Amino acid sequence: MVEVTLWGSLGAIAGGKSKVEIEAKDIRELFRKLAEQYPGFEPYIDRGIAVAIDGVIYRDTWSKELPQGAEIFLLPRLAGG
Amino acid sequence: MNFDPRYSTRSFASVGTRPIRPDGVDKVTGRARYGADFNMAGQLVGRVLRSPHAHATIRKIDTSKAEKLAGVKAVITAADLPDLTDGDAAMYDILDNCMARKKALYDGHAVAAVAAVDARTARQALKLIEVDYEVLPHVVDVDEAMKHTAPLLNDAIFTEGLEEKPTRPSNITKRTQFGHGDIHEGFGQADFVVERSFKTEQTHQGYIEPHACVASVSSDGTADLWVCTQGHFVYRQHCAQLLGMEASKLRVTSSEIGGGFGGKTHVWAEPVALALSRKAGRPVKLVMTRDEVFRASGPTSATSIDVRIGARKDGTITAAEATLRYSCGPYAGMWAEIGAMTAFACYRLENVRTVGYEVLVNRPKTAAYRAPSAPMAAFAVESAVDELAKEIGMDPVEFRIRNAAQEGTRSSYGPVYGPIGIGPTLEAAKNHPHMKVPLGKNQGRGMACGFWFNFGGQTCTDLNIGMDGSVSLAVGTVDVGGSRASLSLVAAEELGIAYEQVKAVVADTSSLGYNDMTDGSRGTFSSSMATISAARNAIKILRERAAQMWDIPVDDVVWEKGHTIAKGEKYGNLAALSLREIAAASGKTGGPIAGHSELVADGAGVSFATHICDIEVDPETGATRVLRYTVVQDAGKAVHPTYVEGQYQGGAAQGIGWALNEEYIYGKDGRLQNPGFLDYRIPVCSDLPMIDTQILEIPNPNHPYGVRGVGETSIVPPLAAIANAVSNAAGVRMTHIPMSPPRILAAIVAERGG
Repeated sequence: MVEVTLWGSLGAIAGGKSKVEIEAKDIRELFRKLAEQYPGFEPYIDRGIAVAIDGVIYRDTWSKELPQGAEIFLLPRLAGG
Repeated sequence: MNFDPRYSTRSFASVGTRPIRPDGVDKVTGRARYGADFNMAGQLVGRVLRSPHAHATIRKIDTSKAEKLAGVKAVITAADLPDLTDGDAAMYDILDNCMARKKALYDGHAVAAVAAVDARTARQALKLIEVDYEVLPHVVDVDEAMKHTAPLLNDAIFTEGLEEKPTRPSNITKRTQFGHGDIHEGFGQADFVVERSFKTEQTHQGYIEPHACVASVSSDGTADLWVCTQGHFVYRQHCAQLLGMEASKLRVTSSEIGGGFGGKTHVWAEPVALALSRKAGRPVKLVMTRDEVFRASGPTSATSIDVRIGARKDGTITAAEATLRYSCGPYAGMWAEIGAMTAFACYRLENVRTVGYEVLVNRPKTAAYRAPSAPMAAFAVESAVDELAKEIGMDPVEFRIRNAAQEGTRSSYGPVYGPIGIGPTLEAAKNHPHMKVPLGKNQGRGMACGFWFNFGGQTCTDLNIGMDGSVSLAVGTVDVGGSRASLSLVAAEELGIAYEQVKAVVADTSSLGYNDMTDGSRGTFSSSMATISAARNAIKILRERAAQMWDIPVDDVVWEKGHTIAKGEKYGNLAALSLREIAAASGKTGGPIAGHSELVADGAGVSFATHICDIEVDPETGATRVLRYTVVQDAGKAVHPTYVEGQYQGGAAQGIGWALNEEYIYGKDGRLQNPGFLDYRIPVCSDLPMIDTQILEIPNPNHPYGVRGVGETSIVPPLAAIANAVSNAAGVRMTHIPMSPPRILAAIVAERGG
């Protein structure tokens, strides 16, 4: 079980929660289970969500493992110049 | 990914040196080929008809007269680019931006295009196209567009992110919020509070090379596109999707690039050129004029920002909040969202909240511009930080050092930081000789900090070793700032050979696996990671070949400084084999030797900078002169320090133009009044002092050499650093960018009491 912190706008879709607990071993499973529990997340996942694990931002490595006790933070996927 | 990207301390032989860039001679002799330098036999000239109205319904387009003109080979409208986006809203916006469908949404919006045998005929044909417009009320100002009474650009848009679902459409596409703690409690602890509102005007990246391409569609459905872009693989995806092609049937070759800075990260005219070529059955060259680049490519947002920061007498910030309103042009974006994330990223804050609003206006579609959205947020926040330091009576550098984020700080956008460089850049700025230079009359010094995320992405690299031992490196990230040199250095480092033995090229989309575009300061970060991985894969093969040549187990063969060495006393008489020797024998040991790498380069380290600026203001005219400018920035590891310094200087130069001169000026009719470099003035060499740089190297733990991106952060602090310098010189707080002479003069006059 990992605790996932949501950014403000995403929290609104999760019924106003800023944190959710999910049983997931990696980012792929995290997104799948989030979409199952909160169908409103799907368009956000399609648009792109980045995952910060202990401060390191992962945008595309969905195989990245989620260590127990790690700080996991969801962020919008960013544009750059 | 079976590649371990973690940083480990090491010494370098090639990385960190400053060899001459491999593309330098071609660029200074004019031999380098940019987008408009490519030509094909029988090519036609493409031209685009653009809306003269800021907002209008397109009732009818009659192209019949143009089609009958001798020399015209194709005329297209939105009907020739049917919607194949399959519910992908972002791609639909790109399609609609390439060619207006029901409404023209800004002055310059494409409504039709022609391909003709020459430019004169094409221009004549455009005049013969009859468009029946119903002109609609328009809005170009970000604050005006948010009002309930503003003309609506799209009545299907309801604001996302509100607690209650809205019942009426709005120009505000989205509200976002970031932060932590309790700002009310934090402001309750404050002895001093500064609250200000700021505005920044819309600016263009100002790349010297306009958008240019040659498209050639064959009768068998395959196509070629030669184009100036920051990401030819992304352009292939976009064009293939919009034209209903298989991606593999479209080969895209990127030209040299005369600047992009985010403006060449998605397609503008390329699908139009391909559609014209498909219809005409001949190659079509389409080059935007400077007027078109200003009116119809992607400038940055105009913004309106409120900031409030509170601090105790001892200089500790207790609370900070900002409301950021960013214009997106006529299509939804995430520009205010990024501004809201970056605004307070430099600081250690217990109570912080930022709110962003994305706002539609009748201006061109906003595109990324070098650390998109961050410079405007930094301008507002760093101006207020400076003012707060003054109110408390603290030195602005000391005040920032006291409140700077550090390893373990929860960032204002959420995650906790790893090792970061904001503190060291501030300490370096504090101790920099620039800070001790005396100032004269009407001169002021300002400083400011800046942050950018940096990111990586999908990356594919091939490293091929020729039979003569020379190395060809094929990369898929477009070289926007000297990456062919830096990646050659990395390949040389990893293989243990000379830099001159490596030649890097940017491969076309049919020659290499997919690569994300060069954005997010990712070019050297990502492709160096893939190059290291490819080189290590090649070394594995080199060791196997040497083992064959020696007839010994491969486990007994190690790679050192460009040679294989047989380890152990039993091989004492074996002379080391060089890469050249192993390559020369490759035909008899298993064929060509190459290393490949396909990976997702994640874990880009965040980047911070501190800038110092001295400005002289003429109080009679409001004119300014930049006297001195210093950039201090963390590079993680500077692979080619000269290019890192160039990135620092380039970001500062663009920021100086943005801060002092550049702005989109619209008339009451919603038309752009200054779409040219005479009236939209970017800085030239004579406007700038030598920009001093100091590179700090705080290794990124997620890159084998510690590399962080360096391209974008340098444009984040200048607006604020210059605003603080001008405010100190003029004796009045400047709150509106650009600080053009009339704006500065008006502020001085108002301060004097009119």
